[in-house]
Amino acid sequence: MQGNIASAEGALAAGCTFFGGYPITPSTEVAEHMAARMPKIKGSCFIQMEDEIASMAAIIGAAWTGARSMTATSGPGFSLMMENIGYAVMTETPCVLVNIQRGGPSTGQPTMGAQGDMMQVRFGSHGDYSIIALCPSSVQECFDLTAKAFNLADRFRTPVFLMADEVIGHMREKLEIPDSVEIVRPKTLPEGMLPFTPGPDGVPGFAPFGTGRYTHVTGLTHDERGYPDTTNPARHDALVRRLVSKIEDARHEIADYTIVNEDAEYVFVCYGAPVRTVKEVVDKRKVPKTGYLQLRIVWPFPEELLKRFPKCRAFIVPEMNLGMIVREVGRHVKIPVIPVSRIGGELHTPEDLIEAVKIAESTT
Amino acid sequence: MRDEWFRADRLPHIYCAGCGNGTIVNCVLEAVSMTGWDRKNTVFLSGIGCSSRAPGYILTDSLHTTHGRAIAFATGVKMADPSLHVVVFTGDGDLAAIGGNHFIHACRRNIDLTVVCMNNHIYGMTGGQGSPTTPLGKTSTTTPYGASETPFDLVDLAVAAGANYVARWTSFHVKQLTEAVLNGLNTPGFSLIEVRCQCPTSYGRRNKYREPVDYITHLKAHAILKDKWESMEKSGQDMPADSFPVGEFVRRARPVMGVPDEA
Ligand SMILES: Cc1ncc(C[n+]2csc(CCOP(=O)(O)OP(=O)(O)O)c2C)c(N)n1
Ligand SMILES: [Mg+2]
Repeated sequence: MQGNIASAEGALAAGCTFFGGYPITPSTEVAEHMAARMPKIKGSCFIQMEDEIASMAAIIGAAWTGARSMTATSGPGFSLMMENIGYAVMTETPCVLVNIQRGGPSTGQPTMGAQGDMMQVRFGSHGDYSIIALCPSSVQECFDLTAKAFNLADRFRTPVFLMADEVIGHMREKLEIPDSVEIVRPKTLPEGMLPFTPGPDGVPGFAPFGTGRYTHVTGLTHDERGYPDTTNPARHDALVRRLVSKIEDARHEIADYTIVNEDAEYVFVCYGAPVRTVKEVVDKRKVPKTGYLQLRIVWPFPEELLKRFPKCRAFIVPEMNLGMIVREVGRHVKIPVIPVSRIGGELHTPEDLIEAVKIAESTT
Repeated sequence: MRDEWFRADRLPHIYCAGCGNGTIVNCVLEAVSMTGWDRKNTVFLSGIGCSSRAPGYILTDSLHTTHGRAIAFATGVKMADPSLHVVVFTGDGDLAAIGGNHFIHACRRNIDLTVVCMNNHIYGMTGGQGSPTTPLGKTSTTTPYGASETPFDLVDLAVAAGANYVARWTSFHVKQLTEAVLNGLNTPGFSLIEVRCQCPTSYGRRNKYREPVDYITHLKAHAILKDKWESMEKSGQDMPADSFPVGEFVRRARPVMGVPDEA
């Protein structure tokens, strides 16, 4: 099965009942698969919107009725979604976005893979905020992580992003579909509690439309009733810090990763398609002194994991961009951090990574 | 009845003295309270602008969204849960400029929404810039020498794009407006009710309608009932300057979306 189809199936397994999208290569198969499947599932809705701004708007609207909702897109569409992504953050709307990354900027390379949106997903909408981003490196992970994205969205009441890429989205591999997937819905808003009063974890209970709680939802800075209060500095400070900390404070608890060779001296930090080449070098070719940290959740960034390699002399970060997550790694460690950048759409070769290990050995 | 729909703890409201929006909110709530709808199953949405602040004063679930996008959000609400009644408040800039694409596509889909556009011919919230409905020659902060672009006719747009119910009234025509909103609420499919209204602060001040009553008087004097308008047109008469037709322009039963399946 193809990665994009696996992602759509993962969403359906998780109970996604609303999909709003706009076609764009290399993500279109997600929408097409939903268009074929959803009309046959009672209570589900697939709708092709007029653009990606509308798609993002529609899934937020659907989420407020209590539906699990999702869209899928790629670079140009992702850029169009930015304003409403910020709206979902500010209004604490659970929803899932699949971004099958392609080469940018602009229309760039529609049919070639890339990881160039890793900073945009974290910082692309205006203002301070935080989000959750998952990165699959196989067809199985497309399924598993999409299903998981819905649980994270509901638990933290935030947009959650499946940041795949063309390589993984169009790859065909064997997929094992479990009989059922774990489903964790949002906490309901306790009786007598205001709609934006946070619980101990910083996340308010959810009262979807139609449940008689008469919630006013606005993208303006608001109080715990949800009413606008836009000129009180302390109000804004408290709200935005909470929106960030409810996610950042949970970063180690929700971290999803694989560590191989904690004794390694040269450690790859990898996510998405480059994980495959790293596995070839470390697991199969067993290049001496190497190990890796595969991140399935890249944002929030679980920096404590970097300490799990006590003998590490250098981190090597292969990415299909000109160096994004490598900066995040570099921010947290005092040893050399070496980027291996590859853009244009091809995966790194094992030789690219072995060469990087040699450079690391000669500089440390 | 109507008062039950007000969110009392949100007063005072942000509208300037003499603003037409309050009258329109009153008419809409009057109409909504006549439908017998449950407040619990009614959702108001809006974009950004003075007009779009209206849902904040209504005691239902409500979504105050991003500029121009309310109809796209409403599409998600209605398609995900067709049992909800969905009403959108919008402004001329919100609906016809930044939100124009969502507007025509919602008309085309004939999605079951009622959209009330408070058309004050100006960007009120941002301090009086020209909008796609600013009449030729009128002054705004971005048309200081008079607007030189031909404005949109929102009614013509909605009719051409396929909406099932389209009406236009003004903030003077309180009774007719309430009735039109009620018809819109009761018509399956997309309904647009355009309401021409005064904005003494941003439009009136720059266009010689300084007092609220000046523009209401203007609206009253220049609104011509649709039937009369059409017969004047047919007979080849010159239309009086600044006049416009009011009434119900379309009520039809094209296929719709977002209506609950018959159980
Ligand atoms: C994307 C975006 N662009 C611009 C603005 C600034 N803005 C706020 S309200 C508004 C115009 C509102 O005009 P209208 O829709 O006619 O509403 P009114 O205030 O007149 O009721 C603009 C341009 C914004 N909030 N968002
Ligand atoms: Mg206006």
